[in-house]
Amino acid sequence: MAAKSIISRPVYGTLSPQPGKHHLFIADAEGALAIADMAKTAPDRFFDGAEIVFIPGPDDKHVAALEALKPARFHQAPSFASLLPRLKQTLDNAHMGLRLYLAGTEGLIGQAMQVALDAGIDHTAIQTEHRGSLARRVQCVHCKGITENVTTQPATCSHCGLLLLVRDHYSRRLAAFQGVCINAEDRSEIPPIEEVFR
Amino acid sequence: MSTGTTKLDVVVSDVVPVNELVTRFHFRRRDGELLPTFSGGAHVVVEMRDGDRTRLNPYSLMGSPLDTREYTISIRRDDVGRGGSLFMHRSVRPGLEMVISYPVNLFSLDLRAKKHLMLAGGIGITPFMAQTAQLAGEGGNFELHYTCRTASLGTYADVLQQRYGRRVRLYHDDRGERIDLDRLLSSQPLGTHLYVCGPAGMIGWVRERAAALGWPPETVHFEHFAAPQPGLPFDVTLAISGKTIRVGEQQSLLEAIEAAGVDPPYLCRGGVCGQCETNVIASDGKFIHNDHWLSEEDHRSGCKIMPCVSRFEGKSLVLER
Repeated sequence: MAAKSIISRPVYGTLSPQPGKHHLFIADAEGALAIADMAKTAPDRFFDGAEIVFIPGPDDKHVAALEALKPARFHQAPSFASLLPRLKQTLDNAHMGLRLYLAGTEGLIGQAMQVALDAGIDHTAIQTEHRGSLARRVQCVHCKGITENVTTQPATCSHCGLLLLVRDHYSRRLAAFQGVCINAEDRSEIPPIEEVFR
Repeated sequence: MSTGTTKLDVVVSDVVPVNELVTRFHFRRRDGELLPTFSGGAHVVVEMRDGDRTRLNPYSLMGSPLDTREYTISIRRDDVGRGGSLFMHRSVRPGLEMVISYPVNLFSLDLRAKKHLMLAGGIGITPFMAQTAQLAGEGGNFELHYTCRTASLGTYADVLQQRYGRRVRLYHDDRGERIDLDRLLSSQPLGTHLYVCGPAGMIGWVRERAAALGWPPETVHFEHFAAPQPGLPFDVTLAISGKTIRVGEQQSLLEAIEAAGVDPPYLCRGGVCGQCETNVIASDGKFIHNDHWLSEEDHRSGCKIMPCVSRFEGKSLVLER
């Protein structure tokens, strides 16, 4: 689990079954294992009222583990972007009593939370569990472009090419960490690039 | 200056009987200026000089926050209460000069909500008068469900229905009408916040059903004006001020501390806001904690007390103040 450094840096918990009428799970990759672990402590028939939306990643791992939970609905998507319209529609039509559980990478959790906040769910009411890669979604504060799956420090902005110091400063509105030019004074100065968000 | 002691000098500008139990009081500033701005759900603490006794009771502001020329409160007469409401009903007349606190809001609207669902019981309607006026002015999305014993005790039900039509739903106990709470709560769109003000039993019922049906605690707001419970008289020593005082049967510990000339902070006087929290230095006896502020652990520890509503039975009690 990621360590807390500055106050905006998200802190994740461990999924636990909440009282509610409908349970919506959104997960990617290893996040499936967080759901499977939670299922061990869930009350009987908990998944009868549950919907799982899953982005398995390239090798379709963990799909069977989720199907074995026999949720009322199971939906698989190739990417977060592809499930976005469906997620928005689900939340638009939802009623109070729906509980949201997010598990997997920070990018997935942050972006799903962003949609949920728009739908009126408070971030404190959302269950989250971080599993798998520590790769970050980073906004370049100079060009505002967002670079997905950043694993290095510093990182190159995929939009404007600036070399960015990836800060722990996080925007919930953008679901992204802030990246600030690391060599603004002298662009020829290139600090060593390390892989730190694996 | 301690919290809760910022005062306004006002004059009673009108006293209007509303029904057999409820009377409305209007206040204006003595200097003719506008009153401080407030938000829907705010209350003021009214100081009542009743002979040699001073009572301080909180009442919700019920006027529109968009009009601060006057403040209005409505008070239900309680014939078996501690006497504050009876004093207001019997002794307060237009022209009387009074002192009230600045408004404090412990029951504010969460304006991030997509919709506001309001449940009122009896005189618990008053904060919603201001909240609905505030939301109506901003084009807000709200729905008010109001339970009262009989139509004639449905205080301001006619005003609300005239103002807001179908957004107000009434339930009369004498006609056996009851809120279908589970259905109401389960049919609310995502992003709805719930507000409940009324008798303790109603608040408990609504909070319990909302939690069971999956409403996150952050979306459930409630306000209950708990009058301090009477009890056996007891003696208290105040360590810092070096005073020993007696708390009367009908007096709260906070009132006794104030009567002794100590000026402790307070906001709600109902055991929910936490302002008057006081450390216990020593005690030999039993605490009767009536507050909703301290944790169960705090209650058991015997190290803290909320003097606005809690009491003590036993040999000796020393508080920090």
